[in-house]
Amino acid sequence: MEILPNLSRRDFIKTSALVAGGLVIAFVVPGVRRFALAAPPAANKLPAPNAFLRVGNDGVITVLLAHSEMGQGVWTALPMLIAEELDADWSKIKVEHAPASTLYAHTAYGMQMTGGSSSTWSEFDRYRQIGALARTLLVQAAAQRFGVDAAACRTENGKVIAGAQHASYGELAELAATLPVPENVTLKNPKDWKIIGKPTKRLDTPEKITGRAQFGIDVQFPGLLTAVVARAPVFGAKVKAFDARKANLVPGVVNVVQVPSGVAVIAEHFWAAKLGRDALQIEWEQPANAPVDSVTLREQYHKLAETPGTAAAQTGDAISALKTASKILDVEYAVPYLAHAPMEPLNCTVRVSTDKCEIWTGTQFQGMDQQIAAQLTGFKPEQVEIHTTFLGGGFGRRANPAADFVTEAVQVAQAAKAAVKTVWSREDDIHGGYYRPAYLHRARIRMGANGKPVAWHHTIVGQSIVAGTVLEGMLVKNGIDATSVEGVADSPYIKSVADHRVDLHSPKNSVPVLWWRSVGHSHTAFVMETLIDELAHVAGKDPVAYRRDFLKKHPRHLGVLNLVAKKSGWGTSLPAGRARGVAVHESFGSFVAEVAEVSVEKGQIRVHRVVCAIDCGVAVNPETIVAQMESGIAFGLSAGLFSALHFKDGRVQEANFNDYRVLRLNEMPKVEVHIVASSAKSGGVGEVGVPPIAPAVANAVAALTGKRLRELPLTLPS
Amino acid sequence: MVSLLVNGKKKDVTLDPSTPLLWVLRDHLGLIGTKFGCGIAQCGACTVHVDGVARRSCVTPVSEVADKSITTIEGLSADGSHPVQRAWAELDVVQCGYCQSGQIMSAAALLAATPNPSDADIDTALNGNICRCGTYQRVRAAVHRAAKLNKVD
Ligand code: FES
Ligand code: FES
Repeated sequence: MEILPNLSRRDFIKTSALVAGGLVIAFVVPGVRRFALAAPPAANKLPAPNAFLRVGNDGVITVLLAHSEMGQGVWTALPMLIAEELDADWSKIKVEHAPASTLYAHTAYGMQMTGGSSSTWSEFDRYRQIGALARTLLVQAAAQRFGVDAAACRTENGKVIAGAQHASYGELAELAATLPVPENVTLKNPKDWKIIGKPTKRLDTPEKITGRAQFGIDVQFPGLLTAVVARAPVFGAKVKAFDARKANLVPGVVNVVQVPSGVAVIAEHFWAAKLGRDALQIEWEQPANAPVDSVTLREQYHKLAETPGTAAAQTGDAISALKTASKILDVEYAVPYLAHAPMEPLNCTVRVSTDKCEIWTGTQFQGMDQQIAAQLTGFKPEQVEIHTTFLGGGFGRRANPAADFVTEAVQVAQAAKAAVKTVWSREDDIHGGYYRPAYLHRARIRMGANGKPVAWHHTIVGQSIVAGTVLEGMLVKNGIDATSVEGVADSPYIKSVADHRVDLHSPKNSVPVLWWRSVGHSHTAFVMETLIDELAHVAGKDPVAYRRDFLKKHPRHLGVLNLVAKKSGWGTSLPAGRARGVAVHESFGSFVAEVAEVSVEKGQIRVHRVVCAIDCGVAVNPETIVAQMESGIAFGLSAGLFSALHFKDGRVQEANFNDYRVLRLNEMPKVEVHIVASSAKSGGVGEVGVPPIAPAVANAVAALTGKRLRELPLTLPS
Repeated sequence: MVSLLVNGKKKDVTLDPSTPLLWVLRDHLGLIGTKFGCGIAQCGACTVHVDGVARRSCVTPVSEVADKSITTIEGLSADGSHPVQRAWAELDVVQCGYCQSGQIMSAAALLAATPNPSDADIDTALNGNICRCGTYQRVRAAVHRAAKLNKVD
């Protein structure tokens, strides 16, 4: 049993006189920056959705999500937490995205946002507490009505029952709303959970299979115009002059305006705006810095990796230990820039009026977007209303500390003095920056007589994703951006080596970069898990057995490794022409191991089957966890086998899905997911399936062909 | 002016006849279930049926489909009860959902032509539908499931 300590009354905000009566609960977790409620607003002034939970007189339970649904399943998992404690009737649950408000600040990060695979664990207490609070009030209401003691009441499936008397939550909602807020609530013992841990189907399916789901790009209202923006072909270039005459001739074009990012063509609908944009003639002022070129960049990174960087981890003296060694493994790895390419191209709708700025968009970063829109419009943050729609994928692209697509859309609306939806084409998205940075790793390793590394010097070169952003001060410590080295600096393999050092170089250039699903782990797991596999090979050991030896004191790594070995039939024979590869990696508080079964057909790597084991602590919705592993594996295979951005003369060479290749249905392996039963604190799920897949495939390819591929996307020499 | 037959209803639209059907559906007729993903027939998000055959509406000039029968996701069934939609719900296929109108329309067209598709048939019919969320395994299973539901109906 958990009892919440010291909940003061002002931690709960409860009001009754709202939407069709009923009980409304807003809730602020103690210790998190509080919603500025100097004086509680008059009940009828509180905006209706400004709460976490509404129990309507009709019995409908509306759950407001502090996090954005972008496919990862929070639309279902967070309501499960509330419904568990509330003993709600699951068929009566309705879900809405919450508005932007500090009320919905992330319980760990202090700002309303969705990212870092954190939604479920960070809301695990808050959403359960809300459910428990509502249940307590409803029970008290029932006790009053029945004339019995609250202790004589029990709750079940949306009803309070006492002996022969019973009442539905809907019937009790109004009375419950008048009762004093309890000082504390008691949460269920995990053994009594009925909903948490039960595979539960998504609540957003009905609208998503009928085309009714509203994404940002679908926002429509009378008078709304559409903008398509011509942005700089080279990062940092500025508009010198432009000629809009031809654009203005396109039927439907109503305005052409300059904004800091380029020139926006505003039209009655998308197609006219796009034709208008394509008809613009723009002279760009080239930036002073040298244009980025992928070949040059690779050479520059290669050279940097030969020089000392900033130490991110260090024990003993790896450099001296390697100097005197005669035989060392000296290898270099490289991964390219990647676009997130969410299926829904970026877009944002803005209407600025005299007293507020309204924004409709699929965003992962309401907290930041609201601040920035407030600065741009001169409003207070509360005057910036954000309506979060469904996100057609995020993968980190819609969580930008620079709020690029929101900023630009506000500027377009301001310049046009109209309500405008700014829509990006796919080409705009691929060319639009905020990529996963290109990275280069160099590892120099000396093996001991026992077949294990005794000295390891690891150097990572690549842009910091937070340098120059408002997050830099928070996330860069002693010159190290932790997201650049996560998965290496804290690797159980490296840490077991007596003399080791991890160096980081964070060179700068004009390419805007950002987190991309699994962040640093998207490259570090590839490097570490293929390296350890290579060391196993050098030592003449089985790759699973070799890893086990390092992971003796890491039971959760070991647990998923052993499970995946068993379920994949590790060590059993395969048809000729096939081989298995394994990888295990910790990220976002979860542990994932994957075994890939591959063949090579006409020089092409084909992945036939992937077996995945995950330990994410308490599994709130196993159905979602399985789906997210399938999703992470597919996403990681896109990067592992196909996707790369190349720069020439500062321009990205790829433009759309024809040359920025992602995984397609015929390339999807059969995926089997096994969840380790655990009562540990929940870890992340949305990103953690990604890191192990590329190395598992690379290791399988090495087992099959003897070739160690050290670059992504994996390509066999022809 | 172009006359269209969309989901069984006649619609007249006045616009440049080279406008892609996708934008006519979305911006002129308010049928937003059909999605824009690439604009160059690479992703399948914009898939609709033209006389029962799957077509990429982003590269189909509206003039080409005048007086042909167009079905969008909104017209596939009134209430999500098409066997493909039921199979999708049963297998919890969707994630972000953005590609799913296109996946469902491609699957429905496949099943109309090939009631018992093999995995290879599904690969051919649906590998033009990109899903960045990676729902492919469930898409494949759901097409098989829909084929079974079709028979029961
Ligand atoms: S939008 Fe038509 S195929 Fe991508
Ligand atoms: S469900 Fe997100 S792109 Fe397919």
